[in-house]
Amino acid sequence: MTVLLELTQVETFYGQIQALKGISLRVDQGEIVTLVGSNGAGKTTTLKTISGVTRPKHGTVRLNGNDISFVPPHKISAMGIAHVPEGRRIFPLLTVRENLEVGAWNVDRKNVIAQRMEQQFETFPRLKERINQKGGTLSGGEQQMLAMARALMSGPSVLLLDEPSMGLAPVLVEGIFEIVKRINEQGNTVLLVEQNALMALEIAHRGYVLQTGKIVLEGTGADLMKNDTVRAAYLGEV
Amino acid sequence: MSSVTIDAGPQAPSGLDSFKQTALYRFLIFPLGQMLVFILGATVLLTVFVYGLAVLFPEPRPNIVLVEQLNRQLPGMIISGISIGFVYAMIALGYTLVYGVLKFINFAHSEIFMVGSVIGFSFMSFLNSLGMLAGFNPILLVVSTVLVSAGFSGLLAVGIERVAYKPLRRAPRLVPLITAIGLSFILQDTVRAIASLTINDFNLTYPTRDIAWLQSPLNPLVFNIGGIDVRVRITAIIIMIAAVIMLLILNYFVNGTKAGRGIRAISMDQTTAGLMGIPVNTMISLTFFIGGALGGAAGALYGLNVGTVTPYIGFIPGLKAFTAAVLGGIGNVTGALLGGILLGMIETFLNGTLVYFPAIGIRYTDIFAFGILIAVLIFRPSGLLGERVDEKV
Ligand SMILES: Nc1ncnc2c1ncn2[C@@H]1O[C@H](COP(=O)(O)OP(=O)(O)OP(=O)(O)O)[C@@H](O)[C@H]1O
Ligand SMILES: [Mg+2]
Repeated sequence: MTVLLELTQVETFYGQIQALKGISLRVDQGEIVTLVGSNGAGKTTTLKTISGVTRPKHGTVRLNGNDISFVPPHKISAMGIAHVPEGRRIFPLLTVRENLEVGAWNVDRKNVIAQRMEQQFETFPRLKERINQKGGTLSGGEQQMLAMARALMSGPSVLLLDEPSMGLAPVLVEGIFEIVKRINEQGNTVLLVEQNALMALEIAHRGYVLQTGKIVLEGTGADLMKNDTVRAAYLGEV
Repeated sequence: MSSVTIDAGPQAPSGLDSFKQTALYRFLIFPLGQMLVFILGATVLLTVFVYGLAVLFPEPRPNIVLVEQLNRQLPGMIISGISIGFVYAMIALGYTLVYGVLKFINFAHSEIFMVGSVIGFSFMSFLNSLGMLAGFNPILLVVSTVLVSAGFSGLLAVGIERVAYKPLRRAPRLVPLITAIGLSFILQDTVRAIASLTINDFNLTYPTRDIAWLQSPLNPLVFNIGGIDVRVRITAIIIMIAAVIMLLILNYFVNGTKAGRGIRAISMDQTTAGLMGIPVNTMISLTFFIGGALGGAAGALYGLNVGTVTPYIGFIPGLKAFTAAVLGGIGNVTGALLGGILLGMIETFLNGTLVYFPAIGIRYTDIFAFGILIAVLIFRPSGLLGERVDEKV
């Protein structure tokens, strides 16, 4: 297995507040790795540190062995990391098509863009129906689909997903996890952040449990689901 | 209970819908139509208003019948209203584009406009000193003057952003605002110093005396419409044509190109735009360039129209263009166009009408422009078109 993404002893601060207290994790080619933990554990901060929105004070982030800790976000995107941020953050006044085109900012060849757009429409037929509609007028579920499709337009080597199931109705949540699994089966590597730990661990190859800025457990998805601490803390069992 | 079935499937696109996606519609028909609607709307509204005044005050001064004066002046008022409105619109776009990406009012923009008018003067004087001015092809002369001014002002705006605003991006909002006002004074006095040192005068008169076709006040085009001679200044026509072309290009740039899409994305969500691979700083520089270039082009056109410019001419047009941007909805490109046209026409119609009223005259018409600014800020701070859907999310 080749290591795609590797964090070593990453510490990130917001002013005086230390959000990450030495995170080490890795994501291998072809995996779904999930990062679970309760509110404020530092999941979003971990993803933001990977994509360059926040900088680590100590430690390094490596992509394919290259240190990207201080590379600006737009260059990290060009290097192959696509980040679907928490809360979707689609561009509300751009149409669905324009949102997708922006996702392909670093793709120069028109036919590649067209072909990737067709791929997204196969995965998310809803988006095709709404291609000329403004992003802000889509429903929450459609916006989540658009955010994922937009990220995939760059043809990333790693997809970072921050709580894709947040705020969606239970039926849609299952659908989103199905899609994440399908995207992975098509060859995409995924780092998935979720509060919905049970479903995340179910589809993940491996997982990490984050607690107040530290990794407290790691293992395969199946092992973590059996772990008593995990069951008590995150799967709602006592 | 009866059940009702609703066809929730996708609607087949109608012919009209697919026509609306064509480049012809999006980049030519639609923007031209929009300008036409704004102009016609403003014209109708203001014509009704001034004739209403004529009904209320048939003879504002002894022996002056307002209706007769209006009949004679109406076409001229419309034309100059449109052309000054376009100038305001072009300047207003600079405020609005920059506000869109940085949420900051670039109060030095009025000086970018002034520098454009001074560069236009310098370029023409330079041609004149080479003895080339009189023989220059008229269209080429206007085009090259406008382009040189636009290029210079655009680069100046980019330089100002890099040096004075970028280091302050994380500072409290008031700080870059004060910097911008300070920069205005620096630019005014720098231009004055340069002009004084080089030509010993800071009243800069465009060397148009030798170009017969540009001597518009002496040589207006005269159309006979319905028995009334309508005099139209050639510079007014130049402004209108140039402005329409530039506004069409701007619309294409913003809505039809990748860079324009990037700028719009940044104005909605800078962080996410960066995550998508958009080089945010480059796009912000580009925005300053486009806004500055439009301001500079407007400056050159304005200079051609008024003939003489000084380092201090930016202030009032700048403030009025800012009013226009706020009136239309700051951050909204269409709003800047609407606001500019409205404000220019309101001003011209009031100037043309109130001149016949004793004690009011035209000296006080600026009161109306700034009265509008205050009224909009109080009653509709988002402007006429300013409902920004993105801020609801
Ligand atoms: N912009 C910020 N400024 C200051 N503190 C922040 C900022 N963003 C996050 N934090 C703090 O950093 C810690 C980690 O936050 P983070 O958003 O990474 O948590 P999370 O695991 O994603 O939580 P959630 O599940 O609620 O999204 C929290 O204590 C939070 O208060
Ligand atoms: Mg989070």
